[in-house]
Amino acid sequence: MENLLLQVFNGLVNGAFFALLSLGLAVIFGMLRVVNFMHGALYMLGAFATYLLGTSAGVSFWWALVLAPLAVAAVGIVLERLFLRRLYDVDPLYNLLLTFGLTLVLQDTMRLRFGIQGVPYSAPSLLKGAIVWGNLLFPTYRLFVLGFSVLICLLTWWVIEWTRVGMIVRAATENPGLTRALGIDVDRWVPPVFAFGVALAALAGVLAAPMRNVSPLMGADLIVTTFAIVVIGGLGSILGSVVTGFLVGVIVALGAVYYPPVSNTLVFVLMAIILLLRPAGLFGSLE
Amino acid sequence: MIARRLGWVALGGLVLLLPRLVYEGLALDILTWALFATALDILLGYTGLLSFGHAAFFGAGAYASGLLALRGSVPYPVNAVAGALVAGALSVPLLYLAVRRRGIYFAMITLAFAQMIYYIINEWRGLTGGENGVQGVPRVLVGGLDLSNLTMFYYVTVPLVAVGMWVCWRIVHSPFGRVLMAIRENEVRARSLGYPVDRYKLLSAVLSCTLSGFAGGIYVIAHRFVALETVHWITSGTVVMMVLLGGMETTLGPAVGAALVLLLRDILSTWTDAWGVATGAIFVAVILVFRRGIVGTLQQLMQSRLHAALESAPRRPDEATPVSR
Repeated sequence: MENLLLQVFNGLVNGAFFALLSLGLAVIFGMLRVVNFMHGALYMLGAFATYLLGTSAGVSFWWALVLAPLAVAAVGIVLERLFLRRLYDVDPLYNLLLTFGLTLVLQDTMRLRFGIQGVPYSAPSLLKGAIVWGNLLFPTYRLFVLGFSVLICLLTWWVIEWTRVGMIVRAATENPGLTRALGIDVDRWVPPVFAFGVALAALAGVLAAPMRNVSPLMGADLIVTTFAIVVIGGLGSILGSVVTGFLVGVIVALGAVYYPPVSNTLVFVLMAIILLLRPAGLFGSLE
Repeated sequence: MIARRLGWVALGGLVLLLPRLVYEGLALDILTWALFATALDILLGYTGLLSFGHAAFFGAGAYASGLLALRGSVPYPVNAVAGALVAGALSVPLLYLAVRRRGIYFAMITLAFAQMIYYIINEWRGLTGGENGVQGVPRVLVGGLDLSNLTMFYYVTVPLVAVGMWVCWRIVHSPFGRVLMAIRENEVRARSLGYPVDRYKLLSAVLSCTLSGFAGGIYVIAHRFVALETVHWITSGTVVMMVLLGGMETTLGPAVGAALVLLLRDILSTWTDAWGVATGAIFVAVILVFRRGIVGTLQQLMQSRLHAALESAPRRPDEATPVSR
């Protein structure tokens, strides 16, 4: 029972990364109709930005939590203006392929610079150690990751559902033509929304830096798992992508208790089951 | 017509001389990847479905063929054909699920299933060797002839690849292929004309995966080795790039694209190891400015000249296929 509780906790922490990444994908997809293959690579850049800020400028983890996503978001805006923008008028598959090409460039550039093994980064001293609760031991840093990402997800949901900016984004997602007709310059909102989605991926990378190995390929497999989660949840819903992220994290962690070798494949089996029973995804409607 | 026939003779000569022009290993790689890319184009170009998971089926063919040769002493090319069948069988349930979604989702689902295959191959160490892959695959022809001489193996493989390419051509230039194109152009209309659209998509996907598996089966015997990396999504992306670079929906485009990418990789690898940067950059360039591909662009140029020449003459329906993209 206690072991089970700990697994649920670990699942929720892993789910936090899935949630942040699929939330970013959903925000970008809603506004730009682009499935951003780079998302895993931007997550990796977020982790490296944290490491580089720390080693070369002595920036603490807490400042990196703000500065690294901003820096990576700036890279995102440059890439959007230089490349993605040119393909909004053709089949969205071309932008998937474009971002695939950019992923290869980003990953390989980092590999040439830092090598394949990656670099170490340790958690701030405030978050070291663990909190004991009965017989259970919760690492402080993991608790922080969980709490912080839930906060960010709620904040994003609040901005999109309850503010004027969010209203414009929702309108532009629903019907760009009509939104333009109402006098709102939709194109002006594309770069900031893209940057926001990128910042979410980078933030996940910052949170991952002390927990997982900071390496050029750290996002390579994660992006595919995130795609599977997006298929399970459907890209249409902001809340849906977050809930699915956490849910899948927990299911995978519990599955690994009973039969460890399946931990990697379970999410794909889950995707197959959803496709069989509810092809549109848990929260989606068929395109 | 004469020009076309001369073109085929020249192509045949080029294929036969290829091991002289480049080294045998590269020549063989060009053959296998040409078949792989052409097989992918059945799905990508003609049916209009972007599979981002074809590495799984190429890999399944390679692993099955390699293991049959290594553990069962099954000779070439029987092992490659068996590899194709394994890949085809594997594709039935996976693509049955994938064709339930369209467009961007289809791409994500195929990518995800390919990753699942990747993890399974990695975990199933007893059979697949995990990260070490399958090594020391024997290269023996039916009848017991030893094919360790790579040049000999090349000339045995040429007719096999030629048959594979012909099958691809036959599939898309048939009434069945016409229906695939109709589905690509207007799925709703194809459905309302009474075609079971999902079944057509599934069959085209399974054929494409089977032929990809055949290419994988040849690949493993040529290299006497298959690595886990072969099944990674980078392979799936690379073969999509080959098709786009050469030209989707053209008979020889995918093969041209495959040859170019492999030659380029060979040249680049002598003075840099930044192959990923180079591949990615080519990919971005092709997507941004050259989506029609080399053969596609040439065909368009020739067609517009033909049209200019035959401005007033009535067009025979079987002659120029209209290029709508």
